[in-house]
Amino acid sequence: MVKVVFSSALRSVTNGESEFEIEFSGNISSLFDILKSNYGETFEHRIFENGSPKRYVNVYLDGKDIRFLNGLKTEVKESSEVLFLPAVSGG
Amino acid sequence: MSELAIETKYIRCKVCGEEYPAGIRLACEECFGPVGLAYDYDAIREKLTKDLIKKRNNNFWRYAELLPVNEPVDGFDPTIGFTPIRRCRNLEERLDLKELFVKDETVNPTYSFKDRSATIGVLKSKEWKLPAVGCASTGNLATATAAAAAKAELPCYIFVPASLSGPKIVVSQAYGAKIIGIEGSYDDANRIANLVADKFGYGLVNINVRPYYIEGSKTIGLEILEQFGWTSPDHILIPLGSGALLSAVYKAYREFETIGFTDISGARISGSQPENCSPIATAFSTGSNEIIPVESPEIYAESLAIGDPASGLEALKIIRETGGFADATTDNEILNGQYLLAKTEGIFAEPAGGTVVASLIRRLESGDIDKDERILLLITGSGLKTINTFVPEEASFPKVPSNLEAVERFLEVT
Repeated sequence: MVKVVFSSALRSVTNGESEFEIEFSGNISSLFDILKSNYGETFEHRIFENGSPKRYVNVYLDGKDIRFLNGLKTEVKESSEVLFLPAVSGG
Repeated sequence: MSELAIETKYIRCKVCGEEYPAGIRLACEECFGPVGLAYDYDAIREKLTKDLIKKRNNNFWRYAELLPVNEPVDGFDPTIGFTPIRRCRNLEERLDLKELFVKDETVNPTYSFKDRSATIGVLKSKEWKLPAVGCASTGNLATATAAAAAKAELPCYIFVPASLSGPKIVVSQAYGAKIIGIEGSYDDANRIANLVADKFGYGLVNINVRPYYIEGSKTIGLEILEQFGWTSPDHILIPLGSGALLSAVYKAYREFETIGFTDISGARISGSQPENCSPIATAFSTGSNEIIPVESPEIYAESLAIGDPASGLEALKIIRETGGFADATTDNEILNGQYLLAKTEGIFAEPAGGTVVASLIRRLESGDIDKDERILLLITGSGLKTINTFVPEEASFPKVPSNLEAVERFLEVT
């Protein structure tokens, strides 16, 4: 089971949901498509631009920023955790 | 409510401009961009005068109308801020400069500028009755948050890269904070701190209290303008980690200009990063508007090891708008910068301070800095806090018998 976790800052586009679980394996772009279908247009337009997460949204797969993995082609395993966080860091 | 506070404050997205009521907020709900605090500047203009500020104590509370703390702060460390501007005549002579100054943040209670922001973040968390406070930190913020939490009598949880060691950790523990070493980089510690803030509702000062926390750093810019006679030096050099400090100084400039205290036109703001973690400087030098993050940066100036700088784009925009530059310096240049400042001016800076000294030298040589400019270096913290990573010039010192003749012989040959 893949677990998708949303930061509280993003829950305005997930109907208030903080987690989403699904039987899935494949690349993360396909998982994004499922999430877009599940949460609708608002989710898609506010989180994504040209298929990729927008500048101020970071997506992590098992703790690794997907930009440091294989981007949209990053493979998601059946037991993976995908995390959506706003890009907030540093002092 | 403090008599000084201006009630009308709100949060505004720095990217899309969406506005929200004041309160705990991590990011914009529309574009998820960084958010900042705004005030009722008309009300402040009517209430605040330069003379009023001049009559107040020499600490950062003298700008209370431009700070977001609504509860009385009597007794909460009055020694924070209003740090000295030091004229660097020896370094001027060495580098053939007309006027060089440093803003010396090493004299704050925990020896860095972070006392300003941590104090605001902790006081705000206390006002909101949050159960605990903390931060994600590369070190300076850890000690500052731990000290403020001790004074505020709140539990404190500090998330750091597990590799961090030395005085910043030991001192934070002395203040009673719990240190959680995350196996990974600062950005990993930051990710975990985000999740903790969500799950436990703690006030993590640079995460979910961030719009307020930034206001503390802003007071450096307010002070610079006041201390230079309500004007700016021609050129300020600021260390760049997340870009938040540079952005906060510029916010101060804009706010004092908005309420009619100063004219900041012509002031250049530049930033300096370590070469191995320089996503902002790289974007500047390539003319890009994209900040490409650096994975797991391992650098000497560990306080600047922010691979994914949240305020990077904002800082880049300010640097470009003001005609400044973003520079990248090697570890060796940074160390030499620390030595130069220590040996000429008696100020032992942390590596981030060495970074701006290094950029000063580099950009004088390249012609990007004019020798006739009035220049200010922002020295963000003391080198004593990073003494464990400092590279001494000599591994040991000579041992001499305890009599005058032996000492004389030693002095004559040295």
